[in-house]
Amino acid sequence: MTTKSITEMPSVSYGATIWRLIKSFGLLRESWVGMIGAFLVLFWVFVAIFAPLIAPFDPNAAIQPFATPGVVSASGKTFWMGTDHMGRDILSRIIWGSQTVLFYAPIATVCAYAVGISMGLMAGYRGGLVDDILSRIADIVLSFPVLVLYIIVIATIGSSGFNIVIAITFASSPGIMRIVRGLVLDLRNRDYVASAQTRGESDWRIMLFEILPNARGPLIVDACLRLGYVIITIGVLGFLGLGLPPPDPDWGGMVNETRQMAMVFPHMTLFPCIAISSLILGFNLLADGLREISLRD
Amino acid sequence: MILLLSKRIGFMIFTMIIVSMILFLLLETGLTGDPATRVLGNFASDEQKELWRDQHGYNQPVVIRYTQWLGNFATGELGTSIRYKSPVKDVLLPRLWNTAILGFWTFAIMIPLSLTLGVLSGMKEGSLLDRTISVFGILTTSVPEFASAVFFSALFVFGLKWLPGTSSMSSGFDFKQLILPTMVLVVYDFGYVARMTRASMAEVMTSQYIRSAVLKGLPYRQVIIRHALRNALIAPFTVIMLQINWLLSGVIVVEFFFAYKGFGALLLEASLNNDIALLEACAMVAVVVAVTSQTLADIGYTFLNPRIRFS
Repeated sequence: MTTKSITEMPSVSYGATIWRLIKSFGLLRESWVGMIGAFLVLFWVFVAIFAPLIAPFDPNAAIQPFATPGVVSASGKTFWMGTDHMGRDILSRIIWGSQTVLFYAPIATVCAYAVGISMGLMAGYRGGLVDDILSRIADIVLSFPVLVLYIIVIATIGSSGFNIVIAITFASSPGIMRIVRGLVLDLRNRDYVASAQTRGESDWRIMLFEILPNARGPLIVDACLRLGYVIITIGVLGFLGLGLPPPDPDWGGMVNETRQMAMVFPHMTLFPCIAISSLILGFNLLADGLREISLRD
Repeated sequence: MILLLSKRIGFMIFTMIIVSMILFLLLETGLTGDPATRVLGNFASDEQKELWRDQHGYNQPVVIRYTQWLGNFATGELGTSIRYKSPVKDVLLPRLWNTAILGFWTFAIMIPLSLTLGVLSGMKEGSLLDRTISVFGILTTSVPEFASAVFFSALFVFGLKWLPGTSSMSSGFDFKQLILPTMVLVVYDFGYVARMTRASMAEVMTSQYIRSAVLKGLPYRQVIIRHALRNALIAPFTVIMLQINWLLSGVIVVEFFFAYKGFGALLLEASLNNDIALLEACAMVAVVVAVTSQTLADIGYTFLNPRIRFS
C-alpha cells in the first residue's frame, strides 16, 4: 500500500465524516426530545469540566456531619444538598463525581466499541469459519446474566477503575459485534466495495474506510444508548460496593455508603440518584432524538 | 424440527460447559489468587494452607479436579458454605423460592402492563399517545433500579409512611414487604418490553392483510383484536423470555437494597465473603436459568411463527 493510493481514495474520508456528524447533531433542533437529551448531557459535561471552579467545598473534607440541605456551614457557605454521615458536602461530591462517571463511562464504551467493531468487521466481511467462531463466542458471553458476570469478575480480580473498564468491555463488546456484523453483511455487496476490491485495496482498508463510515448511523444511536447503560452499570457496581475504591466520589458508591441512613436522612441518597438518573436520561433521550432524525431522511 | 431442537439443546449444554470451565478457572485455580488464601484468610500460615490444599484435593492435576468438580455438580453435591456452615443446597433452595415469588409477581404485573402499553402505542405510530408512552418508557428505563428504589422509599416509606422500608420478612411472610421490590423491578423492566411490543405492533399494522381487513370494512376493534394482535405478540414472547436474564441482574440490586432474603442477595453475599462453594452454586444456577430461558424462547418462537419453522 503506497501513499499515492491513500490520496486517491475516492470514498468518504474521516474529516468529512466528522463534519457531517456535527451537522447531523445540528439537525437535533427538529426533535425536542433530542434537544432535552443533548441539554442534559452537555450540562453534566460542563459540570465535570469545571468541577474545581463550581464545587463549593473539598469533596473529601469532613466538615460537619448530618447537616440537612440549607444548613449554613461555619465558614458561611451553605450546604445546598446537606452533608453525609462523614460530614462531606454532598453537592461538591456530586459535582466531582460527574468527573468520575464521565471519565470511566466513555473510556469503557470506546474500548467495548474498539473490540466489538473489529470482531464484527471480521465476522461480517470474512464470513465462514471466522464468523462462526466469533458468533459462538458472542452467543456464550451474551447468554450470561451480565451483573452476575461483573460480580464474579470483580470479586475475583478486585475492584478498580481499570478492572471496571475491562469487565464492561468484556460484557458489552459481543452485543456491538452483532450489530456491526449485521450492518457489514448488508454493506459488503455494495458497488463501492467491489470497486475497492478491484483496485486491490487490502481487506482492512476496505473494512475501515469503505464499510465502517457507511455503517455509522445506527452505531451512533447505539453508542448513545450504550453510554447510558454503561453509566447504569458503573452506578450499580458502586451501589453494590464493587465500584471504585473510596474515598473519591462516585455516585453509586455515595448511595451505598448512606443507604442505611436513608430513612432518617433521605437527602443523602436522593441527590446522587437524581444526578445519575438525569445523566442516563440525557443519553437515552439523545439516542431517541438521533434515531428519529436518522429515520426521517 | 427435531434437528433444530437438538441443535438448540446441544448449544445450551455447550454453553453451560464453557461457563463452568470459566467459573472453575476463575474461582478454583491460582489464576486470580490462591484459593487457600481466599478460604483461610490472609493470615494463615503456609503449612495450614498446604494442609488445606491436600485435604481438599487441590494438589491434583487441573483436568482431574475439573472433572470431579463437574461430576459433583451434576449429581447435586454442591459442597458446604463456609459462611453459613451448612450444605449449600439447604441455604440455596429457600432463597431461590423467595426470589421465585418476587419474580412471579414482577412478571404478573409487568407483562399485562407492557403489552397493553406497547399495543396501544403501536396501533397508531407517531400519534400523541404513542409519543407519550415512548417518552414515559425512556424515562423509566433511565432510572437505575437502585435509584428508583431510593425514590420510592423516599416517597412511600419516608414521606407517606405507607410501606415498610425493608423486606427481610423477619416475622413471617408479609405481602406488604413485597410491594416495593416488585414495583422497582416492574418500573425498570416494562419500558423495554413495551418498546419491543410497539415495534412489532407497528410493523404488523403496515402489513397488507391489515390493510385488506380495514378496506373490507371490518370494525377497527375487530381488526386489532382478530388480525393484528395475534401476529404482533409473537416477538414480545421472545423478549419476555429474555427478560428473565435481565431480571436476574435487577433482583441482585433490589434484594440487596431491601434486604430481601433471596437468591440475588445470596450471590452477592457469597462473592463479598469469598464463600466459593456458595458462589459457584449461585452462579451456575443463574447461568442454567438464563440459558434455559433463552433456549425456551428460541424453541417457542419457532413454534409460534410458522414462517421460520421449516427454513
